[in-house]
Amino acid sequence: MSSTFDQVATIIAETCDIPRDTITPDSHAIDDLGIDSLDFLDIAFAIDKAFGIKLPLEKWTQEVNDGKATTEQYFVLKNLSARIDELVAAKGA
Amino acid sequence: MRLEYFQMVDRIADLDIGERRITVSAQVPQQSSIFEGHFPGYPLMPGVLLIETMAQTSGWLLIALLKFERMPFLAAVKEAKMRDFIKPGEPLTVDAHIVHDGSGFAVTAARISVEGKLKCNAELTFRHTPFPNTDLRGHMEQMARQIGFPEQAPS
Repeated sequence: MSSTFDQVATIIAETCDIPRDTITPDSHAIDDLGIDSLDFLDIAFAIDKAFGIKLPLEKWTQEVNDGKATTEQYFVLKNLSARIDELVAAKGA
Repeated sequence: MRLEYFQMVDRIADLDIGERRITVSAQVPQQSSIFEGHFPGYPLMPGVLLIETMAQTSGWLLIALLKFERMPFLAAVKEAKMRDFIKPGEPLTVDAHIVHDGSGFAVTAARISVEGKLKCNAELTFRHTPFPNTDLRGHMEQMARQIGFPEQAPS
């Protein structure tokens, strides 16, 4: 079974036509991979479906806009993968 | 339909909140300045207006699901297929249902039929936000009354 990061990286590669081998756990989806907010909706759609969760994009965006969080916390892929694992665990709890 | 005013939906025929689907009716007008250019001597409903019709139908479904507290805005159109011509005067039946309900966005699948025959379909993505101002909300509430929107929240 592939890791959460591997699944997310594959989704990003296929959704945004980005070479898979350029996507690393330390890649920032926005700053490094150049993914814009519309493309991220497609990614969120695919992640929601793949993991059976609902990424709280509005809450994350609000936290970033309010200065309570940084984009790195949610959009560096190893951190995004960790957030996904937390949401999956919370769903099963 | 009042094409020049982008009023594409005439009447909500069915709105099922539980099943997250909607059906509306829309009568293509016999006369419109749009048909003077599209096309001279062979008037057809433009594909972009058919997409707009599917988007507005999906939008009313989303407004209902969002309890008239948020406004959906079209963000992406995928797999739009214009399968057959639609001509002036034709009665459209437009169906839409939710494919995915995300955080601040939603994806719908919509289709237009004429007398049971599928004419076009598309997958549409919307962002939704709180109504940006009272003018827009007021306009949407007025439109809702006109088209028989059954789930209007108290203003």
